[in-house]
Amino acid sequence: MKPLAPISSSARITLGIAFFVLFVAAWSYATFGGFVSKTFLANPLTMLNDGWDLLTKQGFLTDIGMTIWRVIGGFVLAAVFAVPIGILMGAYKPVEAFLEPFVSFARYLPASAFIPLLILWAGIGELQKLLVIFIGSVFQLILMVAVTVGSVRRDLVEASLTLGARDAGVLKRVLVPAAAPGIAEILRLVLGWAWTYVIVAELIGSSSGIGHMIIDSQALLATGQIIFGIIVIGVIGLISDYAFKALNRALFPWSIL
Amino acid sequence: MSKLVIENVSRVFPAVRGGAPTRALEPTSLSVADNDFVTILGPSGCGKSTLLRMIAGLDTPTTGTLMLDGKPITGPGADRGMVFQSYTLFPWLTVSENISFGLRERGMAPRECAAIAGAWLEKVGLTSFANHFPKQLSGGMQQRTAIARALANDPKILLLDEPFGALDNQTRGLMQELLLGIWERERKTVIFVTHDIEEAAFLASRVVVMTARPGRIKADIAVDLPHPRLYTLKTSPEFAVLKARLTEEIRAEAVLAAEAH
Ligand SMILES: Nc1ncnc2c1ncn2[C@@H]1O[C@H](COP(=O)(O)OP(=O)(O)OP(=O)(O)O)[C@@H](O)[C@H]1O
Ligand SMILES: [Mg+2]
Repeated sequence: MKPLAPISSSARITLGIAFFVLFVAAWSYATFGGFVSKTFLANPLTMLNDGWDLLTKQGFLTDIGMTIWRVIGGFVLAAVFAVPIGILMGAYKPVEAFLEPFVSFARYLPASAFIPLLILWAGIGELQKLLVIFIGSVFQLILMVAVTVGSVRRDLVEASLTLGARDAGVLKRVLVPAAAPGIAEILRLVLGWAWTYVIVAELIGSSSGIGHMIIDSQALLATGQIIFGIIVIGVIGLISDYAFKALNRALFPWSIL
Repeated sequence: MSKLVIENVSRVFPAVRGGAPTRALEPTSLSVADNDFVTILGPSGCGKSTLLRMIAGLDTPTTGTLMLDGKPITGPGADRGMVFQSYTLFPWLTVSENISFGLRERGMAPRECAAIAGAWLEKVGLTSFANHFPKQLSGGMQQRTAIARALANDPKILLLDEPFGALDNQTRGLMQELLLGIWERERKTVIFVTHDIEEAAFLASRVVVMTARPGRIKADIAVDLPHPRLYTLKTSPEFAVLKARLTEEIRAEAVLAAEAH
């Protein structure tokens, strides 16, 4: 192994799968070998069995659909606000001076602590779930987008000025395109965080969703179902992450040269 | 008529963390005539880039005034094209789109832009790289694109800040001939900053020699070598005489600069 030396794509896939295999092997060893009690940790087969039961008999697919829609809804709402505000903050120092202290403060407010308040304000309907994700994502997004836009190479801005660009031109034709791949990467990252907020939101006062299934299963001591739910979240996360990465590569081919 | 008039322009950078303020450029006066090719020759750190940036309007002088065609320079504008010391092509645009950046900014139709970009691609010999991204080009190709990008905008004056500084000797020689060829055809006013004596002498119709920091103009030497100039000129006796003279002028400064560091 040499630092930073690239590897072939087949080696990359093999190594990636190898870790999952090791992980499942260790889990099987612990459960089938009787090292942990069945009450606390189901073995992989029980988990698969419970999962099949969830999908076919208990309408778990609807739960999955609900959760995905909540994540995407809340996240898109946050992005629609955060990206333009972040760009303006990054580009214009007075806007930054005005908003930055508040956003930095709001960023540290834990989204989950807002759940009781949001239930009072918005009930236990969909709006409340969306708002939890919105609050959890929007401030992080604003700050990270602002930093990305603010750190666009100064010499590129200066080059555009000597080519006759005016304020709007610098913003639209230099700052935004230069920052675009970074912004897309930030969206990918924060989407991952949105998944943790949605589950927390569903653990409290919800009648559907993956989080709701998990909290129900706890009462039944159905650890197989809980683990299946967690794995489903992981798999969806993995798929959306890869889709996002592929989209970024297709949209910004120049940034990966 | 003088195109660019620089009068008593100086630049002092404010002190950094309790140190003394940096006097980058002593009060300097210089007039550049229309269609002139002026090279500014000076040791590293003498304020060449600072002077060029003030002409471009990217920096403001501490004292003095700069006038272009009788109007004071207050900020950057399309009338002064610039090629930077570092590579500053827009990485998200293709070579052709980079060249038409300024034209698009003026609201020119895409079709017209492409035609002008195509003509410039040909002049700098990059036609087959029109759709490459800057990162897919060598350093020399990037600087050729940067020159085309600045010239496609049809500026009144072209400012170049050591554009070939990072290139090997052979490529640098070819680029000098290319630039000179373009100048001989288009007759733009050019200010070219360099610390390479041979480059300064080969390109210029006038060489301005600067002292070590704080920079000021030490000598202003007209170059009467005939045009068109070919690389063979560099081995001619007249060129050797000119080079010797410039070397004499700059050596003392280089020694001073080295002592100051
Ligand atoms: N933004 C700045 N802030 C403070 N000092 C600066 C700044 N820009 C330049 N200087 C100082 O001004 C002096 C002249 O810098 P300048 O870049 O003009 O030199 P130069 O002649 O272009 O050198 P080189 O040939 O190495 O590019 C240097 O001593 C530098 O430290
Ligand atoms: Mg310089």
